[in-house]
Amino acid sequence: MDPVFAAMRQSILEGAPERAGELARQALGDGVDPLEAVNQGFAAGITSAGEQFGRGEMFLPDLLACAEAMKAAVKVLEPEMLKQGSRREVLGKVVLGTARGDIHDIGKNLVGTILSAAGFQIFDLGTNVTPEQFVAKAREVDADIVGISALLTTTMAGQKAVIEALDRNGMRPRVKAIIGGAAVTSKWAAEIGADGFSRSASDALELAKQLMAHGEATV
Amino acid sequence: MRPRIQLLSPELIERILGEAFELLWTPGVRVGSAPVIELLRAADVEVREGVAHVPEGLVRRCLASVPRDFYLYNRQGENAVHYGGDDVHFDPGSCCVQVLDRDTLQARPSEIRDLVRIVQVAEKLSQFAAQSTAVVCTDAPGEIGDLYRLYVVLRHSNKPVVTGSFSAEGLPGMIDLLATDCGGREKLRQHPRAVFDVCPSPPLNWSEFGSRNLLDLARAGVPAEIVAMPLAGGTAPVTLAGSVTQHAAEVLAGITLHQLAGSGSPVVWGGAPAIFDMRTGAAPMGAVETAMLNMACAEVGKSLGMPTHGYLVATDSKCVDAQAGAESARSAILGALTGINMISGAGMIESLACHSVEKLVMDAESIASAYRLVRGIEASGDTLATGMFAQIGLSGEFLKLKETRAMFRQEQHIPSAVIDRGAEASHDTFARAGEGVDELVAVYEAPVISEDVLREFEGIVEREAERAGCAVGL
Repeated sequence: MDPVFAAMRQSILEGAPERAGELARQALGDGVDPLEAVNQGFAAGITSAGEQFGRGEMFLPDLLACAEAMKAAVKVLEPEMLKQGSRREVLGKVVLGTARGDIHDIGKNLVGTILSAAGFQIFDLGTNVTPEQFVAKAREVDADIVGISALLTTTMAGQKAVIEALDRNGMRPRVKAIIGGAAVTSKWAAEIGADGFSRSASDALELAKQLMAHGEATV
Repeated sequence: MRPRIQLLSPELIERILGEAFELLWTPGVRVGSAPVIELLRAADVEVREGVAHVPEGLVRRCLASVPRDFYLYNRQGENAVHYGGDDVHFDPGSCCVQVLDRDTLQARPSEIRDLVRIVQVAEKLSQFAAQSTAVVCTDAPGEIGDLYRLYVVLRHSNKPVVTGSFSAEGLPGMIDLLATDCGGREKLRQHPRAVFDVCPSPPLNWSEFGSRNLLDLARAGVPAEIVAMPLAGGTAPVTLAGSVTQHAAEVLAGITLHQLAGSGSPVVWGGAPAIFDMRTGAAPMGAVETAMLNMACAEVGKSLGMPTHGYLVATDSKCVDAQAGAESARSAILGALTGINMISGAGMIESLACHSVEKLVMDAESIASAYRLVRGIEASGDTLATGMFAQIGLSGEFLKLKETRAMFRQEQHIPSAVIDRGAEASHDTFARAGEGVDELVAVYEAPVISEDVLREFEGIVEREAERAGCAVGL
C-alpha cells in the first residue's frame, strides 16, 4: 500500500481525528485526489476497524473513535471533492429513528455512526418518531433503508406501525425496513414483515450492505 | 482501597493459636520417622511412644526464622509468584488420577496426553501464575508417578510449578530435575521454580513420608507448602473454629520440624481443609463451609506473618455444570478477598477426584473476575464525573469521550468468549470452554529447552525408574 494511504488508514485505526485531519490537509496540499484519499486511505481504515470489531479485537469506544477520525478526514476533503465535482460514493441513504414512545437512542446512534463512517448517508430523526415522520423523511430524501429502533417491548409495536405506514404509502419493497433493539428477535422481524434485523451495530452495517447489494438480507 | 474479608476476630485468632499451642503439648503430635525424632530430641523435645510434646517457646522460635515472603521464578529466572502479603495467585488443582472426557462426559484414567493438555492450557492463561503437576499419568510407571508428572510439566511449561512427592524416596529425584532445569542446586535455592506440597495426616500426625519430605526440602532450601487437611467432623472437630485450631497445630508442628532442619528455609502456611459430608463421608470441596475453613486457616497464618495457601475453586459436581460454576466462582472470590497467596484447585471436579481442562478454562474467567474485584474501585483522574459532563453536557455521548476509550479496559474486565455476553444465542458454558481449550492449545508454544538439559532430564527419569525397579520408555 502507498505509504500515504497507509498512514491515512492507520490514523483511522488509531482513532486519531487530529492526525486524520492533518493527513487529509497534507494530501490536498500535495495534490492527491481527495476521492482517492477517502477510498484508498481513510475508508480502508474504517473497513478494517469494522472487521476488527467483529472479531472482538476492538471495542465500541475504539470504533467510535475510528468513526470520529473518519468524520474529521471527510470534513477536510469534502469541500474539495464538491469543487471537483467528484463525491464519495454513497452506499445508500438511511433514515433512522427510535419508535414512537421510545427515547432510548444509544443503539440507534451507534448504528448511525458506524453506517455513516462506512459511507452510508444518514438522516437521523432522533427519538420518539411517529410513523408519519418516518414516511415523510424517507420520501423527501428518496431513502433506500428505513431503520427503526426500539428498546422496550412496549414500543416495539411502533416498529410494526412504521412498516405498515411504509406499505400504505406504497414505498416498499423499494424502501427496505430494518429494525433493532434489545428485545427485538428474528421472529418479531418476520412477524411484522421487516426486511432485516440485527443484534448489534456492527451487524447492522453488514445487513445494510447486503440489502443494498441484493435487495434482501442473507444473514 | 483493596477490598477484603475477615472471618475471624483478633480475639478468636488468639484463642485458636492458644489452643493450637496447647494441642502441640497435649496430646502432642505423632511423629513417625527416626530422623525426625532425633531432630526433635536434639532440640530438647520430649518424644514418647512416637508422640512429640512440643513446647510453645520452641514453636515460636521456629516461627521467627521463617521468611515472611519469597518468590517462585519462571524458567527465564524472573520472579513470577510472590508468596507474602496479600498477593493472590492461582494454580490448577493437582494430583487426581482421572480426567473428564469431553466426548463421553465420563471420568477416565488420566494419561500423559491429558497432563500435557492441561499444562498447555494453563500456560496460555495469565490467570494461572503457576502450573501444577495436575494429574497422575497412569500410562507412566506408577513407582515414579510423582517425578514423571514434574518431568512432563517442566518439558512443557516456563511457569513456576506447585508440585509434591508421593514418597520420601521420590523427592530427591524431583529436586534433581528442578536443579537441572535452573542450573544447579545453589541456583535452585536462590531462585526456586517449584514449591512442594507436604501433608500431615489428620489429626496431628506427621508421618514418616511427610516429615522426611519436610526435612529434605528445608535442607535443600526448596520451598515447602504445608497442606494440612482436617475434615471438620470426620478427622477434626466438627466446629469450623475447632478444625481451624487443629489445622493451626498441624501446620505449626510442620513449621517446627522444617525450621529445625533448615532454619530460614521458605515454608508456606497452606491447607486443604474441608467439612465432612455427613451423608456420604466425602469432603465437599465446593461447600461454603469448606471455603470458610480455608479463609479462616489463612487468616490465622496471616496473623503470624506467614505466606499462605488454600484449596478452593473446586467443585463436587461430576461435570462442568451450573453447580461447578457457582461453587468455583464463589470460592475464587472468597479466596482472593482473603488475600491467600496461592489458591490451588481450579479445574477440579468430583471433590478433587477428577480434572477437567474445560473447567480450568471456565474457572479462569471466575479468577479474572476475582482479580477485578480485589482491585477495588479507584478514583482516577482529577474529577470523578464532573469533568466528563463538562465536555458533553447532557448529550449522553460518553462513548465518544477520550476518557472512555482510555480507561474502559482498566475499569472493566473483558472476558473471553467463554462468558456469553454476545448478541446471538450461544451453546452452553461447557461447549464454549471446550472451544476455548482448543484455541489455547492451538496457540501454545513449547518452551525452548537445550538438548543437554533434556538429556539430563531423561537421565534422571531413567535413573529413578531403575531405583524404583520399573521400566520407563522415553
